[in-house]
Amino acid sequence: MKLTTKLLSATAICAASAASAVELEVTHWWTSGGEAAAVSEFAKAFNETEHSWLDGAIAGSGGTARPIIISRILGGDPMHATQLNHGRQAEELVEAGLMLDLTDVAEAGSWADIVNPSRLLDGCTLDGKIYCVPVNIHSPQWLWLSHEAFAKAGVDVPNDWFEFVASADALRGADVIPLAMGQQAWQTSLAFGAIMVAVGGTELYIDVLTNKSAEAAASEEMTAVFQAYADARSLSDGSNVQDWNQATNLVITGMAGGQIHGDWAQGEFQVAGQVAGEDYTCLPGLGVNEIIATGGDAFYFPKQDDPAIEAAQKELAALMISPEVQVAFNLKKGSLPIRGDVDLSAANDCMKKGLEILAAGNVLPDGVNAYSADTAGQLEDLMVEFWNDTSITVEDAQARYVGIIESAD
Amino acid sequence: MAVTDTGQGEAGVKRPSRLFKNLAAKFAAIPMIFTALVVFVGCTLWTIYHSFTKSRLLPAPKKWVGLDNYERLWSENRWLISIENLAIYGACSLVLSLVIGFVLAALLDRKIRFENTIRTIILYPFALSFVVTGLAWQWILNPALGLQNTMRNWGWESFTFDPLNNAEIVIFGVLIAGIWQGSGFVMVLLLAGMRGIDEDVWKASRVEGIPAWKTYIFIVIPMMRPVFVTALVIISAGIIKVYDLVVAQTSGGPGIASEVPAKYVIEKMFQAQNLGLGFAASTMMLLSVLVVLIPWAYLEFGGKKNG
Amino acid sequence: MADATVNAQASAAMSGPRGPKPKRAFSSTNIIIYGTLLVVCMYYLLPLYVMIVTSLKGMPEVRLGNIFSPPVEVTFEPWVKAWSEACTGINCEGLSRGFSNSVWILIPSVIISIAIASVNGYALANWRFKGSEVFFTILIFGAFIPYQVMIYPIVILLRESGEGITWFLRIFNEDASSFRLMGSLSGLVIVHTIFGMPILTLLFRNYFTSVPEELFKAARVDGAGFWGIYFRIMLPMSLPIFVVAMILQVTGIWNDFLFGVIYTKPETYPMTVQLNNIVNSVQGVKEYNVNMAATLLTGLVPLVIYFASGKLFVRGIAAGAVKG
Repeated sequence: MKLTTKLLSATAICAASAASAVELEVTHWWTSGGEAAAVSEFAKAFNETEHSWLDGAIAGSGGTARPIIISRILGGDPMHATQLNHGRQAEELVEAGLMLDLTDVAEAGSWADIVNPSRLLDGCTLDGKIYCVPVNIHSPQWLWLSHEAFAKAGVDVPNDWFEFVASADALRGADVIPLAMGQQAWQTSLAFGAIMVAVGGTELYIDVLTNKSAEAAASEEMTAVFQAYADARSLSDGSNVQDWNQATNLVITGMAGGQIHGDWAQGEFQVAGQVAGEDYTCLPGLGVNEIIATGGDAFYFPKQDDPAIEAAQKELAALMISPEVQVAFNLKKGSLPIRGDVDLSAANDCMKKGLEILAAGNVLPDGVNAYSADTAGQLEDLMVEFWNDTSITVEDAQARYVGIIESAD
Repeated sequence: MAVTDTGQGEAGVKRPSRLFKNLAAKFAAIPMIFTALVVFVGCTLWTIYHSFTKSRLLPAPKKWVGLDNYERLWSENRWLISIENLAIYGACSLVLSLVIGFVLAALLDRKIRFENTIRTIILYPFALSFVVTGLAWQWILNPALGLQNTMRNWGWESFTFDPLNNAEIVIFGVLIAGIWQGSGFVMVLLLAGMRGIDEDVWKASRVEGIPAWKTYIFIVIPMMRPVFVTALVIISAGIIKVYDLVVAQTSGGPGIASEVPAKYVIEKMFQAQNLGLGFAASTMMLLSVLVVLIPWAYLEFGGKKNG
Repeated sequence: MADATVNAQASAAMSGPRGPKPKRAFSSTNIIIYGTLLVVCMYYLLPLYVMIVTSLKGMPEVRLGNIFSPPVEVTFEPWVKAWSEACTGINCEGLSRGFSNSVWILIPSVIISIAIASVNGYALANWRFKGSEVFFTILIFGAFIPYQVMIYPIVILLRESGEGITWFLRIFNEDASSFRLMGSLSGLVIVHTIFGMPILTLLFRNYFTSVPEELFKAARVDGAGFWGIYFRIMLPMSLPIFVVAMILQVTGIWNDFLFGVIYTKPETYPMTVQLNNIVNSVQGVKEYNVNMAATLLTGLVPLVIYFASGKLFVRGIAAGAVKG
């Protein structure tokens, strides 16, 4: 057994009883170029131990993958480890006792001290026990801009959302789609959240998301957010793509001016060989409120009845959070590591921006943590409908929004 | 294997209880009985029961909430759009499949050459999966690279046909693919029915001097009633289940313009983690099937109880 | 012989068409008929043609956007990529991984479902017992129940039966490893058997009903029982309907997506699920040529079976479905 870190040796104690090599099946929905490169860092590190990684990628976003993951866990045929957004999504599975308790691994590795911001670990904790490993921090509120597109249009690369909107006509004049937008529901919903942070401000965001205040949802500030969102609709005319990375590709190739998307878009720019600051610009918080929401991905380990597998699961959990793996994984993924004590000098401009914001503590809760899947689904439905159907007025949309927030849980 | 069975039971002096009559048949029917009772009836009842509970990610049989899920369901725009889409898709695909199927069958029945080849061509899409059909038509209807662009390249500048990107007509884009896949099967069914009609009918109508089209409409179609019923039932069973096609072709988009109930159910159950709502929606689907099915079953089976 | 079989044979003997005889080779009616059929055939062939030419083009040519033009430069690269190189996550094995899974799902599913359904149909047609019609009616209703109603409870059913079997095995052997139906091939085979049952049972029941009563009675007088009559009289007579059932099941099961995606796991994914994975794993731009090649590869098996057995397929439908 190759033990490189203190963490690993700690888990090895648990593993010692059954030190046979096992193959762990790991499901996830990381199938784009950048994502696949990142996940293979996990696989590589895990294959270096005596165990091996059996990749169970499910294509087509979390929406496709989650049903499969959940039905397998419920059906008594759980995979050995799986990606899930932590927080509300897995709550019931944990409560039903279907997930492996990782508290001993977490204590051995003193996760409570290293995970930053600590909110991430809260998402994994239920009744004082830890059930998942956060692996990265993702913030959805970024604006990605193509230098090539703006050069074509003959205008400067905007510094924030408002400048971006103002430059739309010039982009159209140069036959460039101002805003690239994939058709999947979660992408339009994400864009709404980002515009909310930029136009409505952080206070509104917290009031609505954390406090679920229907009053805030009905406020004039919120109307302004809906108005801005409604105006953005026409900016994306002509971007008939489905997947997020197809939309990102429009930006990479200069066919579109920009895209509102999470920091994982970074991975695609990287795979395409583009350099931040030269070929593209990223604006956290759409350049208006430099702040990031701390969502992210986490891995859960469904309970198994084989002690050898359980030991390997714990080993994998410890491995995922170990410094080297964190750095390798997050550099490829374009996300921020969940521990503040690692060296990220290799990070590019965009990641550094994110790290600075994180260090300054300008963080917000993420929608995934704030809403139940049901409420999040309702909001997605509303957003995608509003985005695609220009006959819905701002007032109607906001009224329905208030209704959802009122009954949110 | 051979001679162990019911025939002798009857011949015996004292009949054993009725339960043992036809024992081998009953034994052989166990899988059917299991499927009918446990899977079809049992699972359906289970789902209906849980549609009245506040089940979220896991079934929660004890959290009874009455009609809450149904109220929420009928207040959701997405569900209403799904229903509307299914109604449009269902009506159009029913009528079009039958009309196209019948016309093609009638054409093929006119002693033409190459009948086998033509029939093979019309039926082959039926062998393909909905995923394949959806992807192929998604590609053809892609406005930037498919049919529309080709027509424009050929000089028809104003040609616009982008059903998959136009919320108003997207369901017809799905319909084109659905008809493409299913109409051949209907044609074959109807053709077989047509061939089952006595040659004398045609002779008689020719003697009477009745034109061919009149013979088809007033004599042949009424005689083919059973085949039409079979075709109708098979088509409608397929319509309610339409799922893969939409997922592969449009993913319900643009927006939620091409959502269908089957997709709504799956997504509410697993993705939105609101089992109760998903069960309520699937119960509504079941109800609409029963509304169509019960009168039909009554007509078909109720009438001839003597069997 | 009863009507259906007679019809099928008679129509074959009389070489089919019974409509009014067209008069001359170039009558206006004929031109209309052949013209219409030509247009119709083009509509049905168009997607296949487009898929084939697209799959033979390179990406630069695909981007030009003329879907009808034949490839300027024929390349088989997309086919190779679709079969053995396309990636999902870090697996870059293309469709080949799904192919053998599909075969291993297909063979037992087809055999078991047909075996069970033919016995069902036989029992329903010739050995009615009290309640048999009720079960049959439920079964036919079952064909119309949206799958969505049953998907979730079946997950639970599979889990519980798996645990039940484990418990049973452990009575005999303390160390028996736990037996799982959910996610395993056998679980999927059961699901396919269950959902294929209504239509197949209907098919067989209708066919066996058309077998003359006298034949059946004579066999009983000779002392043959349930299984005796089934194996010695019914089976040899019903090859055509078995072929039809087989074709329906092979295409149906091969093309299944919903059950494959819910009741299996990545190692056991059938080809359709694999196809969907490949098509949805976009790396940069959508490679339509690879997608089309993958789509064609997935459709190949049912197409080959269909083309090879086209006439039997049609005749079988005539025998089974028409007598509704």
